[in-house]
Amino acid sequence: MTEAVRLPKAPQTAPPKSKIAAMDVKKPRSLWTDAWRAYRRHRLAMFGTAVLLFFIVAVTIGPLLRPTDLASVGDFANAFQAPSLEHPMGTDPLGRDLLSLSLIGGRVSIAVGIAAMLVAIFLGTAIGSIAGYFGGRMDNVLVWVTDLFLALPTLPVLLLVIYLFRDSLRKVFGINLGIFILTVVVIGALNWMPVARLVRAAFLSLKQKEFIEAAHSVGTRTPSIMFRHILPNSLSPIIVAATLSVGAAIILESTLSFLGVGFPPDMPTWGRLLYDSRDYIEQFPWLAIFPGLLISITVLSINFMGDGLRDALDPRRTQG
Amino acid sequence: MTRYLVRRLLIAVPTLIAMSFILYMILALAPGDPLSQFAANPAVPPEVRENIKRSLGLDQPAYIRYVKWLTAAAQGDLGYSFASRVPVTTLIWQRLPNTLWIVGTSYLIAILFAIPIGVIAAVKKYSLFDQASTTFAFIGFSVPTFFTGTLLIIIFSVKLGWLPFIYDSTLKVTSFQTFLELVKMSIMPIAVLALFQMATLARFTRSAMLDNLPQDYVRTARAKGLQERLVVIRHVLRNSLIPVVTLIALGLPAVFTGAIVTEQIFRVPGIGDLLINSIFNSDTPVVMAIVFISAILVVAFNLVVDVIYAFLDPRIKYD
Repeated sequence: MTEAVRLPKAPQTAPPKSKIAAMDVKKPRSLWTDAWRAYRRHRLAMFGTAVLLFFIVAVTIGPLLRPTDLASVGDFANAFQAPSLEHPMGTDPLGRDLLSLSLIGGRVSIAVGIAAMLVAIFLGTAIGSIAGYFGGRMDNVLVWVTDLFLALPTLPVLLLVIYLFRDSLRKVFGINLGIFILTVVVIGALNWMPVARLVRAAFLSLKQKEFIEAAHSVGTRTPSIMFRHILPNSLSPIIVAATLSVGAAIILESTLSFLGVGFPPDMPTWGRLLYDSRDYIEQFPWLAIFPGLLISITVLSINFMGDGLRDALDPRRTQG
Repeated sequence: MTRYLVRRLLIAVPTLIAMSFILYMILALAPGDPLSQFAANPAVPPEVRENIKRSLGLDQPAYIRYVKWLTAAAQGDLGYSFASRVPVTTLIWQRLPNTLWIVGTSYLIAILFAIPIGVIAAVKKYSLFDQASTTFAFIGFSVPTFFTGTLLIIIFSVKLGWLPFIYDSTLKVTSFQTFLELVKMSIMPIAVLALFQMATLARFTRSAMLDNLPQDYVRTARAKGLQERLVVIRHVLRNSLIPVVTLIALGLPAVFTGAIVTEQIFRVPGIGDLLINSIFNSDTPVVMAIVFISAILVVAFNLVVDVIYAFLDPRIKYD
């Protein structure tokens, strides 16, 4: 997201570099500083940001602080312990510490979410910008493809593709990397359509603005007009869509794991931990509750952030 | 309007054909083998396996199989299930009532609750009710259904013991007693789905209402001296419902595919359950049929939405 906090290249309203500008002690207020001020005022969004950052830090360094041996055959004397100071989330059927497992699993869940978002944003931006900029026949075909993908039922197709192709990818990339690539690419490939629509709409309206005409008249090349002039001005909806799609991807990944189609059993993603707990929820409900809470809190935080960003980046907002 | 409809229908046909082709090829090129159950069985000699393969038409190249499948599907024949040797349509008809009952009821409940919640939240913006319903909506669409389902089972089946957590599909409703049982076992799956749908719809209704409330025609209605209740219900709500109706109609095809996850948690033998089992069994004809029907429904309801839209909102004209 740090990429986005750059000044948009095109309609520059900054005052000319004259004495007046030099006398102005206040820093110029840009769209992004304004947006940041509005975002900071959104309490739930700030809460979501804090929680998500905490989770990201925790899953990054946590496994180093609480190491656990995923390949251990089991310490059955310690299995099914209730949450305690030593094991804040209790232990699993193999006697492993659930907190340590969740930290490792969280890495995968969050990484899948972010990587799938990048795939979706890349595809959506590419398709949407080409359709919106060039129009005509190209636009018709790309809109048709977008509608075609929108008509596909996401979860069934996702299940189908992953179930059918995971073995062949595993052979090529190894067990975990293979399924990671497959999950990320397929989730991304089924989630780009809203982004493409937003980008296309933004391109359609922006390409007729005067500053684009000006760029054309000074001989700016097409790729430069598309990606240096139009794209930065259509970032707001993309940022919101990107944020929300991280949450959607995390839910999809854990749904796959929950249905037993996702990562292999030895990779404790949050969805997998919940799947593994199914047979024990009568006596040991915490085995299901902790991973479920982790997924829910993460996705909730991301959705709060998306809501805050939507408000902050909305040009119609009233507060400055 | 008629010309527009005809054009849309003409676009829908190649869309569906392209989609079915992609799906068919994914299924055909995939390494999963529907005959793997025989391959592992030493009692089935290779010649017999070849015969079975031929009888299922699997010895022909994929594109020929696809054309055959498409011509049959166009006439309503979706083939036979590999796993149970029963026509796919029969299987779908067996499962459909369970899905329609669970998913349909939850959708209905969600609509009935979501619209009033959204309206009140918008009219009393930033009130306690608005904040509570917003929080509730965010939780509703952030908590995945498999976790809500698991939580409900832990609370109502395991701890309190009030509700059964497995859906008994053999139950026949013959008396009030059995009807009560049906309701008891349906409460949790319906609640899980309704909660999720309600969250999205309520949020959507609220923002549609907020778009309309500051409009000039609302001020005019108030200036005429209309009661606030009538202003909200007759003027604002009516106009706000246009996008809401669209969203509801677009969600209807999902009622058919069922709720794969919810049906899995509560073991409801519906379409979603059939689909996931068929995927795991490489039962290609069933998977193909369900995904294809749901794609047809999506395309059809998109068309319906456009027609409804023109009907509800006279400002929209198609040419």
